[in-house]
Amino acid sequence: MPDDSPAIEVRDLVKTYAGVTAVNKVGFTVARGEILGFLGPNGAGKSTTMRILTGYLPATSGMVNVCGLSVATHGDEVKKFIGYMPENNPLPDDMRVSEYLHYRGRLKGLARAKLSIRLDEVLELCDLKRVRHRIIGKLSKGFRQRVGIAEAILAEPPIIIMDEPTIGLDPHQILIVRDLIAGLRGRMTVIISSHILPEIEMTCDRVLIINQGRVVAQGTPADLRREVFGHSSYALEISGDLEAALPEVLAKVEPTLAISETGVPDATGFRKLTLATSREDDLGEALLRALSADPRLRLRALTRVHPTLEDVFLAATKRGWEAIDAPKPTSK
Amino acid sequence: MKHFLTILSHELRMLLVNASTYVAAVLFLALMGFIFSGVLDNYSKAAQETSPATVFFQLFWIPVLFMVPLLTMKCISEERRLGTLETLLTAPVSTTEVVLGKYAASYLLYLFLWASTGGFFFILHRFAQDPRLLDFGPMMGGYLFVAISGLFYVAVGLFASSLSRNQAVAGILAFSILFTLIIGLNYAAGLEMMNRESMQPVHALLEYVRTFRHLDDFSQGIVDTRQVLFYLSGSVLMLIFSILGIEVKLLHS
Repeated sequence: MPDDSPAIEVRDLVKTYAGVTAVNKVGFTVARGEILGFLGPNGAGKSTTMRILTGYLPATSGMVNVCGLSVATHGDEVKKFIGYMPENNPLPDDMRVSEYLHYRGRLKGLARAKLSIRLDEVLELCDLKRVRHRIIGKLSKGFRQRVGIAEAILAEPPIIIMDEPTIGLDPHQILIVRDLIAGLRGRMTVIISSHILPEIEMTCDRVLIINQGRVVAQGTPADLRREVFGHSSYALEISGDLEAALPEVLAKVEPTLAISETGVPDATGFRKLTLATSREDDLGEALLRALSADPRLRLRALTRVHPTLEDVFLAATKRGWEAIDAPKPTSK
Repeated sequence: MKHFLTILSHELRMLLVNASTYVAAVLFLALMGFIFSGVLDNYSKAAQETSPATVFFQLFWIPVLFMVPLLTMKCISEERRLGTLETLLTAPVSTTEVVLGKYAASYLLYLFLWASTGGFFFILHRFAQDPRLLDFGPMMGGYLFVAISGLFYVAVGLFASSLSRNQAVAGILAFSILFTLIIGLNYAAGLEMMNRESMQPVHALLEYVRTFRHLDDFSQGIVDTRQVLFYLSGSVLMLIFSILGIEVKLLHS
């Protein structure tokens, strides 16, 4: 495996199924040791992209390199580099946990002597020791999920691809899985897809949002906030002369401040406002001073709004790919 | 081919721990025992020209038509339905290894089931004390025929299984193909119109692939390499089709 190449390199990847374009010109790179989160609404092309990465599905066109080797021409070698857990985590129902892992280990080319040691490690790591002799079909969802994860990391591949690994887990188990993935950081390249956005935000170094087969945003969670929103925003509860006085005060604090949303006044006459600015640093204190100093305005609350990844996700997927093709807004 | 043995041993193990294997085996042996005792019943009533083994193997198609689809129908369709085909093929394993491993496991089970009918002959030999009843030649010929034709029939079943994610569909498909191969071709070869001059090439072809003629030859101790080649090439073709069946489904999935 050549050392300088990125773990995964995808360029212009296209996949069509019977006339429907599932993945359309997707391109991204994943550095070694990086944890990449794959986000997107259902049917966005996440699973298809992952399946192409593993060499299970052939791409219609485009280039996919794993550890410097092309998936299309070196499929067999590439499969050795990847531990893959498919969507819905299919497992045979009539095998015992240790039997299944043993079989998978043999398929992945682990020698018998090494395999039994590694098997113990993995069972310990995924907290499966108690159920190692149980039949998989009788296990609860959480255990099944962990069997799938154990299987993916079994052969210690340099790349791990997991399609929704935390689906159907309880919070405690999610914590275990998160720690598990965090423990792989630096040693293995991990790609996970998930719908649980805080999960992705906590574990992933970088996030890739795709929608309708296109990459709509990528970067660290902080970058994404900036890229997608292009501004920071503040929420106020305020009453008084909002037409004349407020814009005047705002202009004094920061010229780019603008009112982006106005709420309806409540019983006491206060309304909720959202202010947007392209300034990155915190204007909270200046705003608070200026607004409370003005006698025409009565301020009740002021907070800086931190968009969650959820907001980024919603905004980015709503934006769709038309916005991506259009020239970037200058607000950045 | 390094994973062939891993897959084979896994498949055999799964067959051995699966209750349906034993149910199928018991039913098979019950049916064969019934046929065998029926054959012997005829012998006890009147002397026959042929040995019991010949008559017994003449009826080989009854278990083949039912057992082969039952044994092979879940091979690939079950994996496809559960989605484990995806995990299997994303491991560093080629489709060929998967198909061959599953094929070999099913074939070994098929052979084992047939081999266990050898017990009937042993019982006959032990208790009838009549050497005329146990004709060693036709018996060995019959088993050899079953072993060689089984290569083809199991491959047909595997091919049918690679086409559908529904086991029942795969089973019925396998049954239909086998029925056409064994009974249908025999029937076509016996049609009145085949005796016409113009149909001579077709008749010759049908005669060449007619299973019952192969069986007669084997029972008489004639091992014709053309017939062996027919079954071998048929099985290779079916296995290639199975591999393509799996891969084409991926291309168009």
